[in-house]
Formats: sequence, structure tokens, C-alpha cells
Amino acid sequence: MNSSSGKSYMSTASSSVLWKAGGDVVADQFPAGLRVLVVDDDPTCLMILEKMLKACQYNVTKCNRAETALSMLRENRNGFDIVISDVHMPDMDGFKLLEHIGLEMDLPVIMMSADDGKNVVMKGVTHGACDYLIKPVRIEALKNIWQHVVRKRKNEWKDFEQSGSVEEGDRQPKQSEDADYSSSANEGNWKSSKRRKDDEDENDERDDTSTLKKPRVVWSVELHQQFVAAVNQLGIEKAVPKKILELMNVPGLTRENVASHLQKYRLYLRRLSGVSQHPSNLNNSFMNPQDATFGPLDLQALAATGQLPAQSLATLQAAGLGRSTAKSGIPMPLIDQRNIFSFENPKLRFGEAQQQHVNNNKQMNLLHGIPTTMEPKQLAGLHHTAQSVGNMNMPVLSHGSQSSQNNPLLMQMAQPQARGQMLNDSTVSLAPRLLSPRGQSMLSNGMATNVSTRNGVPENIRAPSYNPVSQTSSMLNFPMNHTSELPGNSFPLVSTPGISSLAPKVAFQEDVNSEVKGSVGFMPSYDIFNDLNQHKPQNWELQNVGMMFNSSQHSNSLQGNHDHTQSILVQQGFLSGQNRNSTVISKPMFLAGDSTGHVNAQNSNQHLNSLLDNTVRVKSERVADAAPANLYPDHFGQEDLMSALLKQVGSFFSLYDTDGDIILLILTSKFPIFLQQDIIAPAENNDFDFDGYSIDNIPV
Amino acid sequence: MESKHVHQQIAAMRQSFFDEEVLDEFFSQLEQLEDQNNPNFVEEVFTMYFRDSTTLLETVEQAMKTISITLAKLDKILHQLKGSSASVGAKKVLNEINKTRQVLEKGNLEGTKAGIWEMRKEYESLKAKLEPYFQV
Repeated sequence: MNSSSGKSYMSTASSSVLWKAGGDVVADQFPAGLRVLVVDDDPTCLMILEKMLKACQYNVTKCNRAETALSMLRENRNGFDIVISDVHMPDMDGFKLLEHIGLEMDLPVIMMSADDGKNVVMKGVTHGACDYLIKPVRIEALKNIWQHVVRKRKNEWKDFEQSGSVEEGDRQPKQSEDADYSSSANEGNWKSSKRRKDDEDENDERDDTSTLKKPRVVWSVELHQQFVAAVNQLGIEKAVPKKILELMNVPGLTRENVASHLQKYRLYLRRLSGVSQHPSNLNNSFMNPQDATFGPLDLQALAATGQLPAQSLATLQAAGLGRSTAKSGIPMPLIDQRNIFSFENPKLRFGEAQQQHVNNNKQMNLLHGIPTTMEPKQLAGLHHTAQSVGNMNMPVLSHGSQSSQNNPLLMQMAQPQARGQMLNDSTVSLAPRLLSPRGQSMLSNGMATNVSTRNGVPENIRAPSYNPVSQTSSMLNFPMNHTSELPGNSFPLVSTPGISSLAPKVAFQEDVNSEVKGSVGFMPSYDIFNDLNQHKPQNWELQNVGMMFNSSQHSNSLQGNHDHTQSILVQQGFLSGQNRNSTVISKPMFLAGDSTGHVNAQNSNQHLNSLLDNTVRVKSERVADAAPANLYPDHFGQEDLMSALLKQVGSFFSLYDTDGDIILLILTSKFPIFLQQDIIAPAENNDFDFDGYSIDNIPV
Repeated sequence: MESKHVHQQIAAMRQSFFDEEVLDEFFSQLEQLEDQNNPNFVEEVFTMYFRDSTTLLETVEQAMKTISITLAKLDKILHQLKGSSASVGAKKVLNEINKTRQVLEKGNLEGTKAGIWEMRKEYESLKAKLEPYFQV
């Protein structure tokens, strides 16, 4: 669907001339003419691969040394669409090459090897490979590689949209994903370079159409060094795209460029350091530099969020991990990774992880600590994950999470989820990268769906909880774009209550706010959610609930997007009780803040309520700093996380379902709303009094 | 007549390869890749394969002879061989390689040697079988 969706949005966006033009043209021949670069030290394999690829009508270039390949890529940045590389090579490790390519060129990379050990494959994923093929490679496997290119482009495009829109008025945040989104001119710039995939030159013409087109920035070695120097000077924690930009003082370089590059860089760093910490958490790697699209904001956010209770993150992660393991059922491969998000946002996982856990825990408080504030960039990244997250966040998360739920409301809420998910992805710092466990699917899915809704809705939704979020509003937008980054990495949407992880992200968001543009394209692909969804497609209805926030607009996403919404909602806790399908659905009631008396029903609640016409009551609970009231008694782990998260956040809105399980927890105040799956309901809220409002109202 | 006979011979030989499991489906895949533009593709591939693997096997032999042999290195070579053999569809050789690798992992040097020897045997036999096949 990537291709189709990609193309679709292209066409929707008027500005995306590039895309459109290219899209149309590309569509015709695509995937023929795909420019592939194959790297393998074994000449036999090289020859065979070349032949196979030619048989698929691709444009093949082969080389047997990694160094050669890198220099070829550097010389001709836009000369290739995808790279296939062997893992074991004499001169350079395949993974290293993978990282370089991701950081510098951001091309999709496929790893291959005769080695099919799980560790190696995991390594590939964490380093950001789009795919991993086992030798001997079958020609059928090669026939499909074009999907990675499309997916990536789609994500990038979204990302581009997102970041661009916030800052630049002309850029509409809408993600091309959804038909609703009208791609703004921005698309041209970033996307053009990417999109070009098949028609190398057709896209060029398109650039002119969009006003905002930003010429694709090629991160040359010198530029990158300047960048790194600037980052080091500022300190990785404080490295904000704006400041980096100033320090670098490169004409023609925009903040978005820096932001996205920073995102990648952070992922890369995370990978380096995080891997050692948690074998599982290292989802970060998936973020792979490629995912880095999150933009620099994420990094910052991440850094900021990182400050989030480290412990909470740890707990979240642990919880997430624990959960994920428990879940075993979780199809999402990423799930484990989610927890891994050792990246700053380990918490991100929560949303996702939760979903997985859902099986286990009903608790899945969908509250994904999705730091709504996640910078738009991040959002983009998040979307991927977020999208999977069940788009709940979608409005905010514009990250792909949209797919299902996009309900703006959910978005807010979902965002956390999405974020969480995205967070999982990789440090994406909140970025909605919600790498849906499906990883790749997310992006493509989510983006389209939610994106549209999100834009509109997020505003509404945001109000309630997003106070903090509002800042980040950009955050919401994220992810859709960002998600693209997630190369299939199935963002391990932080299944773990990673909410905490989100928190960090949230921080970014503030900066990002602008970035976030509404285009929060949730990646419906939230795999996480999907996973959950799978369990209980019914549960998704809950998601719809989340959507309800979105003032019904988004709700559509809920229903439709089972997958998506699920992810989002999932996070909300559907995860946990997925089984509840029936109950859940109607329940997604959002508890308005006053119910428990906690939390200042921040305006958001009201907004939510209004938004929600549906009976769903949003319960805004102030998450007592101290009282991580666990909504779900079962989720102990999550509770801790939640509390930790909550502490950070301050208040949250939680959506409870009839069973009293927290479905969605939107954290407001300081941090952008995190969707935590396991929303830790303040102790006082234990008595959920949900009005069993059914989501019927929700105009899904 | 003559050609028919030859064709039959070829077909018979080919079939025997599959029956004996000397070659597997990947070989068929290679054959599929052959076309007008590249009539001798399979042969080319195998030529390259034999060339490379001969070198690799030599290296293995050398390594075995040295006193201080690093298992890691040996493993690496075997891995390479595995990749190549798998790609060309040399099934038996591949099996032997896998067996050898497993033994190697356990650290059984003697067993590894034996395994390598077996592998070599298969390899040689494959070579012997395919050469006439290609010539035909």
C-alpha cells in the first residue's frame, strides 16, 4: 500500500508537484527502474543478485567493497533508491555501512546474509535496516524491495510536511497520507529527492511547483562534521536545532534539516550507547539513522525527556520489557524492541508495549506517554510508531498513527501512545514514530488515515490535555512524517509503559510545536495497536473512543482503522483488556476530569468533552505526582511507570472504559500527553466511574 | 538425433542432480535467470563459484594445518562458503558445511577436520558432476 498511498498523497498535494508528477509517472513504471546498489564481497552472490535484480527490471549497480559503495553513494546522492548489503564483509562491517548510509543519505538499506541467527537479524533491525534477507536469496524476495523505498518516501514526505508546516506557514502539516491532507509545497523539497525513485528526472520538474520546496540537503562529510561539532559544543542535551543551525551557520540550511538530521544522529548515538544497556530495548537502533527523520527536535526532546525520570523510564522499560515478554503473543516483533527503546524514550514503548501486553494486561493504559509535545519531527518519527499506537495520538501524533484512530482527540491522547510507540522506535524522541511494531506497515497505514483528521482535530483535542501539548502541537503532527523513517522497524512502540519515555519526548515537543503541525499523521500502522487489535478487534472500538476526542472527525479513524485506532486506543489500555472488546468499545469513555475530582480537568477536559459529544467522558485526572494510581491493578509495572510519568506530567486525562481500566491517559501539563498504555491512574481514581458511554456517538 | 541424444543426456544428468540432492531449487532459480542474453549464465555462475570456493577451501586447509588456528576465522570462511553454496544451490555441499560449522561451534577440532574433509569430498564430486554437464 505504500506505493499506492504514497502516490495518493502525492496527488492530493497540489504542491507536491514532484511527487505527483513523479508519482504518476512512477506509478506507471514503478517499480521498474528502481536503482539498486548491491554490496557483497562474494562475487558469486554478487553476480547472482545482479542477475536477479535485472530480471526484476531494476537498475543495478554492484560493488564488492563497502568503501567503494560508500564513495559511490556520496558522489551521487540521489543516484540510488535502495541499497542491498551483505553483513559480513572484509573491509567494513555491514552494519557500520548501514549506519553510515542511514546517517548520510537516508536511503533504505536491506541487509542479507547466510547467517539467519536471531541476534544478527535483530542487529540489523536495530541498526535501522529496512529488511533482512537470508541467503540464498530468492528472486521473489527481491521483487518486493521497492516497497521499502516507497515507504520511506512516504514517511519522509510526511515528515517533511510536518516539520515544514509548523514553521512555515505555507507548508501544510497535512500529511499526504490522508486524502485530507493536502500536501503543501514542502513536499517537494524533501520528498522530491526521495521520491524520485523511479523517475529520476521527472521529479525535478516538480520542485518548482511547491513554494516551499526546500532543496534536499545533502549531508556531506564536512557538513556533518560541522553539525557534530555544533552539537558537541552545545552539549547533546541542549542541542536544539535552532542553536545548532546558528552555530553551523551554513547558508541555505534550515532548521528542519538540522532537526531531522539531529534526530537521526541521536538515534545513531543511542544505538551506540543504548545497545549495551538493553539488549532488548535497543530499539533505538531501529530508528536507524534512516528513521532519524524525526528531526532534530526529537533529539532534543529526547534529551529533555531523558531527564524524565530516568528511573521511570527504566521502570517503564522494564515493565515494557516484561510485558512484552509476557505477551509473547504479541505479534509485533518490535514489541520487544519497544521496550528497548533505550533511547531516551524507552518509555515510548509503553504505548506499544502495552498493547502487546494487552493480552496480558488489560491495563494497557493506553496512555501512552506519548509526549504530545514531541516535536513535530519526532512526531513524524512517532507517527510511525504512534500510528501503530493506535493513532490515538494521532491528532497530535500525526505520525502515522492516524491510520486508525486519528481522531484528533485520540491523538492527543493517542499521541502519547503514538509517541510511545514512536519513542520506541528509536529514540525518536517522542516522535510519533510510533514505530508500529509492524514497523513498516505503520507508517504507511497510519499516515494516511490520521493525518487528515488530525489536523483538524488536534486543535480541539489539544485543548484539553494538551496544554502542554499545545506547544507541541507540532508534535502531533509529527509523526506521520517521521514515521516514515521507521523503516519497517516496526517500531517497537514502546510497549512498555514507556510512557516515561514519552515524557522526554514531550519536552521536545515544545520546541517542536511548530513542527508538529497538524499533520499528525498517525501511522495507523501502529503495529502495536494492531497487535492488540488483533487480539481484539473489538477493542478497538475503544479506540474509537479515543477518537472521540477528535471530535468525531477522527473517530472515523477509529472505527475504520481498527488497526490504527487500535493501536492508539490500544494503548489506551485496550491493550490490556483487549478482550474486552465489547466492553471496551463503548467504554472508551473519556473521563472528564471532574469525575474523580482529580486533576484539574484542565480545560482540555472540557474540550474533550465538547469534542467528544459522545458520551465519552474524559476524565482528566490529575496525575498526582505521587500517586500513580494504577488504573489497572494488574499493571503494577506500569503503574510505577505511570506514576513516574505522571509525576512528570502532572495531570492527565484518562479514558476509562467501562471496566474501569484506563484506556487512555493523556497527560497534560508539563509534558505532552503521553499515551501510556498502562496509564497509571492516580490512586484516587481507582474508582472509575465511567459512564458506559458507548462510542456510538462517535462518528467514526 | 545427435542433439536429441545429447539433450536427453543433459536432462538425465540434471535430473540426477536433483534426485541425489546434489543441487536444490536454487539451482532451478539460476536456470530461470538464464535467458537469451545470457545463455551461459548458470555456467558462469558455477565457474565463479568453483573458483572462489577453491580458494576458500585452500585457505581452510591452510588454516587447519597451522598450529594456532582461530576458530573464529575458520568460521568466517565457512560462512562465506555457505553463502556461496547456498546461492548456487549446491545442496550437499551446503549440508556438509553446516554440519562442519556446528561441529566447529562446539569446539571440536578433530570433528571439524573431518567435517571439512567431507565437505571437500562433496564439493569435488559436485564439480566433477557438473563439468561434463556444462560441457554438454
